[in-house]
Amino acid sequence: MSDITPTTVRSIEREALLVAETSEGAQEMFRREQTGADELRRELGAVLKVDGRALDPNNIDVERDDDETMIINMGPSHPSTHGVLRIMLELDGETVLRSKPVIGYLHTGMEKTGEELSYVQGGTNVTRMDYLSPVTNELGYSMAVEKLLNIEVPERATWIRMMMSELNRMSSHLVWMATNGMDLGSTSMMIYGLRERELILAFFEKTAGLRLNLNYVRPGGVAADLPDGWQDDVEVICDTIWARTFEYDQLLTGQTIFRQRLEGVAAITAEEAIALSLTGPLLRSTGVPWDLRRTMPYLAYDQVEFDVITGTYGDNFDRYAIRLNEIRESVRIVRQCIEMMPKGDFRTQDPKVTPPPRARIDESMEALIHHFKLFTEGFHVPVGEVYSAIESPRGELGCYIVSDGGPKPYRIHVRAPSFVNLQAIPLLMRGGMMSDTITVISTIDPVMGEVDR
Amino acid sequence: MALEDLSHNFLTGSLEDLVKWARRASMWPASFGLACCAIEMMAAGAADFDLARFGMEVFRNSPRQADLMIVAGRVSQKMAPVLRQVYDQMMEPKWVLAMGVCASSGGMFNNYAIVQGVDQIVPVDVYAPGCPPSPETLMHAILTLHEKVRTGEITRRRDSGAGAALVTPESPWTPEVPTAVRLGTPK
Amino acid sequence: MDAGSADGRSIGNPQVSNVATQPALNAVEGYFPTREQYLDLINQLKAEGFEMAVDLCAVDYLSHPGRELPEGITPERFEVVVNLLSLSQRRRCRVRVQVPENDPVITSIFSAYVGVEAMEREAYDMFGVVFTDHPSLSRILMPEDWEGHPLRKDYGIGRVPVQFKEGPGPR
Repeated sequence: MSDITPTTVRSIEREALLVAETSEGAQEMFRREQTGADELRRELGAVLKVDGRALDPNNIDVERDDDETMIINMGPSHPSTHGVLRIMLELDGETVLRSKPVIGYLHTGMEKTGEELSYVQGGTNVTRMDYLSPVTNELGYSMAVEKLLNIEVPERATWIRMMMSELNRMSSHLVWMATNGMDLGSTSMMIYGLRERELILAFFEKTAGLRLNLNYVRPGGVAADLPDGWQDDVEVICDTIWARTFEYDQLLTGQTIFRQRLEGVAAITAEEAIALSLTGPLLRSTGVPWDLRRTMPYLAYDQVEFDVITGTYGDNFDRYAIRLNEIRESVRIVRQCIEMMPKGDFRTQDPKVTPPPRARIDESMEALIHHFKLFTEGFHVPVGEVYSAIESPRGELGCYIVSDGGPKPYRIHVRAPSFVNLQAIPLLMRGGMMSDTITVISTIDPVMGEVDR
Repeated sequence: MALEDLSHNFLTGSLEDLVKWARRASMWPASFGLACCAIEMMAAGAADFDLARFGMEVFRNSPRQADLMIVAGRVSQKMAPVLRQVYDQMMEPKWVLAMGVCASSGGMFNNYAIVQGVDQIVPVDVYAPGCPPSPETLMHAILTLHEKVRTGEITRRRDSGAGAALVTPESPWTPEVPTAVRLGTPK
Repeated sequence: MDAGSADGRSIGNPQVSNVATQPALNAVEGYFPTREQYLDLINQLKAEGFEMAVDLCAVDYLSHPGRELPEGITPERFEVVVNLLSLSQRRRCRVRVQVPENDPVITSIFSAYVGVEAMEREAYDMFGVVFTDHPSLSRILMPEDWEGHPLRKDYGIGRVPVQFKEGPGPR
């Protein structure tokens, strides 16, 4: 026995060390007596009641003693937290009383790296933030840079951008359908969602050369023109996905188990959603028709026909229905893009931001030097600061850039929709069952790369 | 007993080969998806690429049931101790596959927040390049690992690289202090 | 095309008449309150119809002190930038507050917009700007025991030189 004891002790010590290593101190949730009043209200999901209105005591027992409840930890390595989200929950039996997300496990320092990259290179950085919808990231960034530069983008580039971001919205929502299905136990939906997404990714690969992280939309236009015969490819994508959305309807929408897990669960009101700065499907599920594509049109969204999908109850099922129908609306927009795609340049011909064409580099020394300068030093952007917002699949994606006149942004900040939307977790989970937390995380649809940046 | 008395066919072979064959053919990955690569890992497990062909479609969520940790994505300083803890919870024999450049070397994010290569924390067997690696690259990496398992030794897994420092004759178990110490604040 | 274009209405602010404004700040209304005026202004803007605080971030102007500010506003090292959005009037505005280096403290606007909770924590984590009256101001992205505030300009990027295991050898 004596030779076993040291090993056991050592492993206990090691366990304690590991726990100490992974502890995040004040970022975690604590017992009620150790939590301040404001913070307690926030974790209870009662932030909106700070202006005098009391919590409804019938809804949840807010004055519960510590020894009746239990604080548990979910994540950061957990199958249903969509990456590395960590949530601490206070439970009374199966009922969630308090919850607090702990984030930062994927903090990549992208805003710092963005200050080190020139405006030309910046696209490679922002595209890795929201890895489910890289095109919208690049678009938000490029539009901010273009605003600072005060340049116009050719019409064809605008339409290509719009088509690509709508294709990306489809693929993003399809991954959401897949993971949401998996969270609820529908593994077939997982397979189907990723199967349809491959169609779109194949087109992306054909156009931009990569499946994810395209760096396709760049300041001044797009990186390359659409490949020959793109109309046929996109037609096939549209037809297939349009038909398949009705299969999802059959598989999920009317299914009793699916509906019972989603309907009426985690409802919020429009007032709460606006106060919490929620955007995207979360806000629209409460009935607020706020979609930047319609309300503050950018690109050519004012020239295409589509519907803004809104919900009524603000519950999980509404958020599911909105995303499913947004896939259909995206198909509609993409079909109009095929018809109305103008001819012309795919990037601006402003020599300040656009390199000379490949053929000219071979014959002209000046063109070669120009090309070299553009890709080593980059173009200079006038002094100023700008905030540009677009509608990403998850909500308002804003890009705030401060320029000091140099070839690199002085400060680049991205308003990530998932980062803000995660604040709804305490409110949505409050009073729900433990199993509902999974659907809540799922329907918020956080992409941790974007949350932590 | 003479051979001609037997009523059944049989094969002879070394036990080691059998064990290695079994390990190779029933490898269960732990789902340790972090960033972009995790999406491609999911895609590799889905219909079009179908990891089930290699007996690997079951991603275990408990590290206790997994043999292979696919580190899919960038590892931040905050995540490093967690990753090490998950690795320590896995049963021997275990393998690590660094998927993507961020996990392999830090990739384009050479800054304060990202661990410059997951091999600073856990021993890595196979590195898969790409940002993110396509599912084909991941499958190639997995097949490379299978080959490594099939041809390697069964008792001592690692003879070079980061793994050697952790498994030495003097300390047959992993060190008490995890190497996943926060790497300090860069100045 | 322009997502944030103002509709040309002049946004007088009679109650806080001495708040510096700059009507055309990249086509968005801009306000430059002092730290004392900040919370009052935010409350007024909220009453004026800006229902949502879309974004809050900080900027460190350490190495770029010369920037255009309205008269009477002293540029300081830090600037807290709040982007407000009015859903009903479909317009945006931006509030920029100067925060000095030796006293990086500013009032939290959590009481007006609860949605800025995470954003203020991020600004604190990344820049060390302290928000008073915030419910629980702690780090949000970095580990709890991290030293320093990474996005400050005097904080190095922390680049590690790329190491090659074996030299390429003579050619």
